[in-house]
Amino acid sequence: MEKRVRFKSAWLPWALIAPQMAIVLVFFFWPAAQALYQSVLQQDAFGTSIEYVGALNFQRLWDDASYLETFKITAFFSAVVALGGIALSLLLAVFSDRIARGATFYRTLLILPYAVAPAVVGVLWIFLFAPPMGVVSYALQSLGLEWDHLLNPDHAIALIIMAAIWKQVSYNFLFFVAGLQSIPKSLIEAAAIDGARPWRRFWTIQFPLLSPTTFFLLVINVVYAFFDTFAIIDATTHGGPGKSTATLVYKVYYDGFKALDMGGSAAQSVVLMVIVIALTVVQFRYVEKKVQY
Amino acid sequence: MGNGSGMVERRPTLGLLAHAVQIIGVLIIVFPIYLAFIASTHTAAEIASSRPLSLLPGSHFVETYRLALFGGTSSFGSRIGPSAPMMWISLVSALVIAIGKIAISLLSAFAIVYFRFPFRSLVFWMIFITLMLPVEVRIGPTYSVVSDLHMLNSYSGLTIPLIASATATFVFRQFFLTVPDELAEAARIDGAGPIRFLKDVLLPLSRTSIAALFVIQFIYGWNQYLWPLLVTTDESMYPVVMGIKRLIGGEAYTEWNVVMATAILALLPPAIVVVLMQKWFVKGLVDTEK
Repeated sequence: MEKRVRFKSAWLPWALIAPQMAIVLVFFFWPAAQALYQSVLQQDAFGTSIEYVGALNFQRLWDDASYLETFKITAFFSAVVALGGIALSLLLAVFSDRIARGATFYRTLLILPYAVAPAVVGVLWIFLFAPPMGVVSYALQSLGLEWDHLLNPDHAIALIIMAAIWKQVSYNFLFFVAGLQSIPKSLIEAAAIDGARPWRRFWTIQFPLLSPTTFFLLVINVVYAFFDTFAIIDATTHGGPGKSTATLVYKVYYDGFKALDMGGSAAQSVVLMVIVIALTVVQFRYVEKKVQY
Repeated sequence: MGNGSGMVERRPTLGLLAHAVQIIGVLIIVFPIYLAFIASTHTAAEIASSRPLSLLPGSHFVETYRLALFGGTSSFGSRIGPSAPMMWISLVSALVIAIGKIAISLLSAFAIVYFRFPFRSLVFWMIFITLMLPVEVRIGPTYSVVSDLHMLNSYSGLTIPLIASATATFVFRQFFLTVPDELAEAARIDGAGPIRFLKDVLLPLSRTSIAALFVIQFIYGWNQYLWPLLVTTDESMYPVVMGIKRLIGGEAYTEWNVVMATAILALLPPAIVVVLMQKWFVKGLVDTEK
């Protein structure tokens, strides 16, 4: 799509894009280029000399069993957060769609977590499980489950998964509600007249027609689980016990800022960059209308 | 909303089930927030000795919030820093980020849609690519840039690097493309320059998009955590979302009542914005990202 009517000026368009371009160049492109550059350098322990080491930092990552372990943890965490969050939100949205009165009331409460900062989400959830006064850990204990996310890696990852899903339900829910509303009512009515019961109608009409929304949300949720859950993890488990809840982003931060291994951290950044680029390409190939220019 | 496909036929049991599912969903969503509020109305000693915490409010609402907001010495004798200044930092940062993103994106989209200039596609793609470079993938080098520019521990460091926005630029670009060409034509015949046209015609027409983007970006700005963690070392520049973590653990005993009061304070402004501007937000979110 192009405009037929345009204004003419040699300098004005440049002035208009200047602020955005300045920020993009200084705070996005330059640092990204630096990350690429640093990923092939190695600094000695005293910071006195820097040398070019080629792919050594990447080789080290590849040989580092703990990095591969972090990869596995991140993949598991993202898959559970994305699929679990999508399933729960879809359930809520489908039933919300059946409600004639009171839907707005429910919706207002269901969208609240969207407003809550991930770090605050972490704080809220740690309190539910903090022994001895945590309400949920107490309930679990009376059921015979001794909850301890500080020592038990399974409990720790379960905690961050629940908190991460809780935060993301609002977003998914709103997209599913919009998706369901865009399905023509006549389709559902026709199926009902043909005797299809709600359960069957869902699987044969609504679910297939929602597949673009579901796919879109799948990508968005994986990106969310990869990148936006840093604060949840930092506020609850700090990646522990051990490294059992450290995701890739958590490790970049930890290695770069706590362990001060800039080359290794930069190499990890580059790996993450490749992952984001792949996810973005997948997303936009699918929602092409937005990128066509 | 509300009149979905549910009315196709009468199924009272299913209607009941629908309500039951919504109620369970709402309870799970609200429970952690409710419990935080409950904790904020008890004393730290009451919470520490409870097995488990009561589900009913206590009687120390006022004193806990006064302590959380203005700081002071807790009943255990530990010093609590005030969160009111942190709330102010968060508010200023969130407003600067939201308004800044909207302003520079409006200008870029206007340039891209209404002018023809060299490298126009390149500019568009450069803005687009920022989507692929979130802070998390360039933590170290971005920190170095901000540090070299002497922007650590300042409002400019907290806000300016976050102001670029591919999303907002797309939203305005898509919207401008739907504005009839006749309007620009008419403006030109009337002798109005591009800036006049932007100000008097496009800006008023973009109100809905601006409102929706404001909600989304305000929340984005208020909820920042990793970025302030990198660029602030001085406690007087901590936003509240980041400052809250300082209250947990550490060497001192965790005063959960104050932590939870601060959590409530930190989630209140974005929650109010979302609830009050729900209509624009819901429509805007779905339109913006799809």
